[in-house]
Amino acid sequence: MSDALPLIWAVLIAVAVFAYVVLDGFDLGVGILFPAVQGRAERDVMVNSVAPVWDGNETWLVLGGGGLFAVFPLAYAILLPALYMPLISMLLALVFRGVAFEMRFRARTDSERKHWDRAFMGGSYVAAFAQGIALGAFVQGIKVTGRAYGGGWWDWLTPFSLMTGAALVAGYGLLGACWLIWKTEGDLQDRFRGLAGWLAFATLAFIGAVSLSMLFLSTPFRDRWLTLPTAFGAALVPFVLLALAWLFFAALKQRRELAPFLYALGFFLLAYLGLGVSLWPMMVPASVTIQAAAAPPASQAFLLWGASVLIPIILIYTGYVYWLFRGKVQLGVGYH
Amino acid sequence: MPALHLPSALNLARSQFAFVVVWHFLYPAFTIGLASYLAVLEACWLATKKAVFLDTFQYWLRIFAVVFAMGVVSGLVMSYQFGTNWSVFSDKVGPVIGPFLGYEVLTAFFLEAGFLGVMLFGLKRVGPKLHFMATCLVAVGTLVSTFWILAANSWMQTPAGYGLTADGRFFPTSWVKALFNPSFPYRYAHTVVGAYLTTALVVGAVGAFHLLKDKTNPRARLMFSMAMWMAVIIGPLQMVLGDLHGGNSYQYQPTKVAAMEGQFATERGASSLLFGWPDAKAGETRFALGIPKLASLYLAHDPNAVVKGLKAYPRNTWPTNIPLVFFAFRTMVGLGVLIALLGVMGLILRWRGKLYDSRLFQRFAVTMGPAGFLAVTAGWITTEAGRQPFTVYGLLRTADSVGPVAAPAVAVSLLAFVVVYVVVFGAGMAFTVHLFSQTPKAHDPGPPHNEPIRTGAVVPIVQVAS
Repeated sequence: MSDALPLIWAVLIAVAVFAYVVLDGFDLGVGILFPAVQGRAERDVMVNSVAPVWDGNETWLVLGGGGLFAVFPLAYAILLPALYMPLISMLLALVFRGVAFEMRFRARTDSERKHWDRAFMGGSYVAAFAQGIALGAFVQGIKVTGRAYGGGWWDWLTPFSLMTGAALVAGYGLLGACWLIWKTEGDLQDRFRGLAGWLAFATLAFIGAVSLSMLFLSTPFRDRWLTLPTAFGAALVPFVLLALAWLFFAALKQRRELAPFLYALGFFLLAYLGLGVSLWPMMVPASVTIQAAAAPPASQAFLLWGASVLIPIILIYTGYVYWLFRGKVQLGVGYH
Repeated sequence: MPALHLPSALNLARSQFAFVVVWHFLYPAFTIGLASYLAVLEACWLATKKAVFLDTFQYWLRIFAVVFAMGVVSGLVMSYQFGTNWSVFSDKVGPVIGPFLGYEVLTAFFLEAGFLGVMLFGLKRVGPKLHFMATCLVAVGTLVSTFWILAANSWMQTPAGYGLTADGRFFPTSWVKALFNPSFPYRYAHTVVGAYLTTALVVGAVGAFHLLKDKTNPRARLMFSMAMWMAVIIGPLQMVLGDLHGGNSYQYQPTKVAAMEGQFATERGASSLLFGWPDAKAGETRFALGIPKLASLYLAHDPNAVVKGLKAYPRNTWPTNIPLVFFAFRTMVGLGVLIALLGVMGLILRWRGKLYDSRLFQRFAVTMGPAGFLAVTAGWITTEAGRQPFTVYGLLRTADSVGPVAAPAVAVSLLAFVVVYVVVFGAGMAFTVHLFSQTPKAHDPGPPHNEPIRTGAVVPIVQVAS
């Protein structure tokens, strides 16, 4: 049992992080798409489409952070100092965004509203880029001395992490565009359809580029993907991704409304699973394993009792809230 | 090139934590009480169908939305501070207090976030009954959240239910003891009542401000009257709770209480100082002006009891900034007395039927608007600076808790936090004050109609009201 607990928690934390990525991904994506949409009413519709849910979406990030602190304190203690600059930048960007959400609707003058629009947009870009950089810095490996981070405060900055940063901006933009196809109609929806196509190209190209660079990044990744049995998976993944891409573009062409969003989530899921397979069983690549990072079984068990009851309840009422706000957001009307 | 003289990474990390946590707590100090107040207003409206309750509800809901958003994002920063700057602390105490924070997210944050959306945007869709449920769930969420975070904080003050590994890491031995550690019930009660008082003072000040312009405004009268009832009922209650909390600290954290009292020498029949300047180097409080035997009386409930001074404890366990603890405590108590005075004066005026007429009293109430924030902040500074030089009282030193991040990185991030908070939250708070200055009107449509999804909600809420 005590061996299983860390594995259960590793999966749960991974699920929480994935939930965060796709949920806040589309609402950060809405901000990323701001430069492509200038009209005030159109921007209102975009923000309206995520206004009731962004706060809940961001809570998954708190669960990721708080959960790691509780059940893998060693990983939390190594990763956060290692990713110091990107994480602080992300938090500050989310401060801009969170306040802009409420304030842009209450601006008393046009110029004031433009400031808050810029805060919303800039916050979305910086948060997405910083998260991507943090991901890249995590994947490329963290220097550990004893029970602490052993590197400097700029170690995260590499061409690889900059690439993953850009990749996440494109990916979130794609999720945002697909979400807005689902939530809007008419000319505005057509515009997001066009953007979604370009962003899907970019996202897929980034997934390819990041995957190939990982093969050159370190021997463990190469060994994992080029030796059996995982090589089967490695051979399969590009085909699954291509199939998903074909389905995505077909759905876009057929003017389907929800399907592009689901296929885009498929891109994310596939990339995420690929990362999981690459890093397994490391909690902090490439030195601390899931077992080594785990809190004592008593701590993990205590929170697991609560999580196993509370997470299903959370999913139910979060689903209910999404259901309440279902349907299209209309220009100048809001939810009818 | 001249060398840069930065403070140590430890002191920068302390400054950063102090800055972000003090700023953050301003929001929950207000929203904990405001969430409950909104629930009470909506309940009154549902029970009586009187429009004044709904109008007042809508007025404060608009303010709640802005303040809550600021609380969410400043709180997000807090959940990462432990790791970014205090990673050694996190590694050592994560197994005990980490699950408390995990439970806070699972039991409270999702609840608040989910139902705040319903509360703000969904009135038409859900109808008044479900909307009221959402308001209540948000209010409960704020209290549940306070429960867990204060359990964690209290554990750092009065640790219990733990064991220690050979290399100094904590592990849980009893969750009940760790959760309900000795200072927790006192701290929880004192903090929640403090938050309620903070809200009451703001609501009272806003009501008074509008009464000064038009004393017949029924919304302003309602909020002013309700706030003055709160001040007179829980103002004195808070003093009792504070006394009990102080007694508990005296038992478990004697060095903190000695610093609060400016007590260096051990004394029989110790006096309570109204003023003085605690001089840690000299080991005495200069210019002391006190009331004899009072400290012995309220700490040990015996005027002739012996109260141990700081000198009875090793010097390296004394709080690092004794004057700060000493003056923060006096600020809190002084404001507490003023708040109770406000409540009592309100009661007397009400008795004489002049609550809405005395302009002088209304000006006093306006002035007291920020008093709750100041008192709560001073109280937290007292208890946190009083816990020094430890993060876990008596067991883990602050100097041994800090992470490996280099001083320049901490300095840059501190500067960034200061700039961003002042600019972004400053604008948010200026806007909140602007909302306070808006006259509470009849048929308040609630949050304005160019806001998220609100065009729809405007009409139905008025229909439901009539």
